[in-house]
Amino acid sequence: MSGDVEPADAVSAAIARAFRDERAIVLATLIRQVGDFQLAEDAVQDAFEAAVTVWRRDGVPANPGAWITTAARRRAIDRLRRNRSVADRAERLAELTRLDAQHEEPSMNDESTIVDDRLRLVFTCCHPALEMPARVALTLRVLGGMTTGEIARAFLVAEPTMGKRIVRAKRKIADARIPYRVPADEELPDRLRGVLRVVYLIFNEGYAATEGDRLVRDELCDEAIRLGELLSRLMPDDAEVWGLLALMLLHDARRAARVDPSGQYVALDAQDRSLWDQDRIREGLAKLERAVRLRRPGEYQLQAAITALQIQAPDAEATDWAQIAELYGALGRLNPSPVVELNRAVAVGLAAGPAAGLELLEPLLGDPALERYQPLYAAHAELLSRGGDAEGAARAYERAIALSANAVERAELERRLGALR
Amino acid sequence: MSQYMLLVYEEEVDPAEQAEREQVTPMLVELHAGLREAGLLVGVQRLRSTESATSVRVRDGQTEITDGPFAVTKEVLAGYYVLECADLDEALKQAARLPMAPWATIEVRPVMPPDEWLNTARRAGVDLSDEDVRNLA
Repeated sequence: MSGDVEPADAVSAAIARAFRDERAIVLATLIRQVGDFQLAEDAVQDAFEAAVTVWRRDGVPANPGAWITTAARRRAIDRLRRNRSVADRAERLAELTRLDAQHEEPSMNDESTIVDDRLRLVFTCCHPALEMPARVALTLRVLGGMTTGEIARAFLVAEPTMGKRIVRAKRKIADARIPYRVPADEELPDRLRGVLRVVYLIFNEGYAATEGDRLVRDELCDEAIRLGELLSRLMPDDAEVWGLLALMLLHDARRAARVDPSGQYVALDAQDRSLWDQDRIREGLAKLERAVRLRRPGEYQLQAAITALQIQAPDAEATDWAQIAELYGALGRLNPSPVVELNRAVAVGLAAGPAAGLELLEPLLGDPALERYQPLYAAHAELLSRGGDAEGAARAYERAIALSANAVERAELERRLGALR
Repeated sequence: MSQYMLLVYEEEVDPAEQAEREQVTPMLVELHAGLREAGLLVGVQRLRSTESATSVRVRDGQTEITDGPFAVTKEVLAGYYVLECADLDEALKQAARLPMAPWATIEVRPVMPPDEWLNTARRAGVDLSDEDVRNLA
């Protein structure tokens, strides 16, 4: 903090670093202190803008996060003084002024306060009274590091549309008084399931992209994994938190092998296993082990275990499909769904022969929930083809192709259809 | 004497048109004061827009919470509660406890506090005194 003027690019780098590493933490602290999402966000934005000038003039502070927190709180006080329409304005001003009179930022040095603040924010962003797309957008915006524009591109909607969605969610939080706290013990398991669902949805949107640009999608996967890591730090005693993180890491490890250099989709059994990220796999397996040690089985752990079996086999033929079929059975008992039943049918088909698989799959063909579900027809085709019914397989492939919204996936289905003839 | 509930239904409009509607607020202040004086007014509250609504149902023993107001189908309004709650979670919890929740939908709408009602009208350019808030609601 000498009188020297800092070089502009060093200051920019420090601000970028503070934005990436500290913004979400500062925001969480400030939301608790001001009790209002929008006000806190605006004030944090103001503080980062002020940092550009002040840090360049006075040097980068020793603790950038604490500086931003103090600056943001002062901006919040200014904004509150100007805005008469905020509810409980006087109480909030008094509390903020009291905090401002303290000499240091106690919360910045207190790990448990940071954890509590972020945890509260997780439950607010993933509150069931917000519509799912808003939960996803808010989580990425507030807890992740994505801008509204990036989220809009990732979900293929216009930026103003995404902006409105986020603004509306924040307004509902304020107007309906969606609380900013960790739910009570009796509600916690249910609400935590809801949080994990939001994170998994973000990951899936990136991983199982049905359409759109690959690059932005990868960003969603990275962001979901970061959120999963955050949750595992915040709630290390929950087995499913680790299960979900393991599942995402194990899927993500195969990211590079899922699409070939020309952009074509590559099915699991045809993937170049040397492209799998072994570090990520080890990391995923370690998280899964940690989950299993807590002895509270759940759907994400089961899915991660299935993925682990697929990955650990030397090749597709040597995969323990019987064990996978059993895990799908357990998953179906826990969370009955036609999609899980479909996966079980495929595993049984690979373990015990196509006839056994087809027997389980046949009833699903009449399920209205799966009527437009492309993977059902692709799996049907695969099993028919393995059973020697090329004509039936061709019909099923055609159905799958007609339902596919992803060019890479469609090309793969067309290749398989061509291989039948 | 009998009690009657007057339910106000309106289309939600854009901010410009809403600002025009706020112009009736002085008439409301006067009307409510008159009704109160005549001993007719039991209570009046303004609700926040449906953007802040949440619907609660209990089906197969599970509480279902959805964002948004109740979509009108063949169900009709059968009654109402006004609860004082710490936050939305408390309100949703109480809504799910209603014995009608297994067949009904409970739309949970935040009530706009009287001073905010006043401020909403003021922002639309209506001239009102702080005293008016006592007559308004």
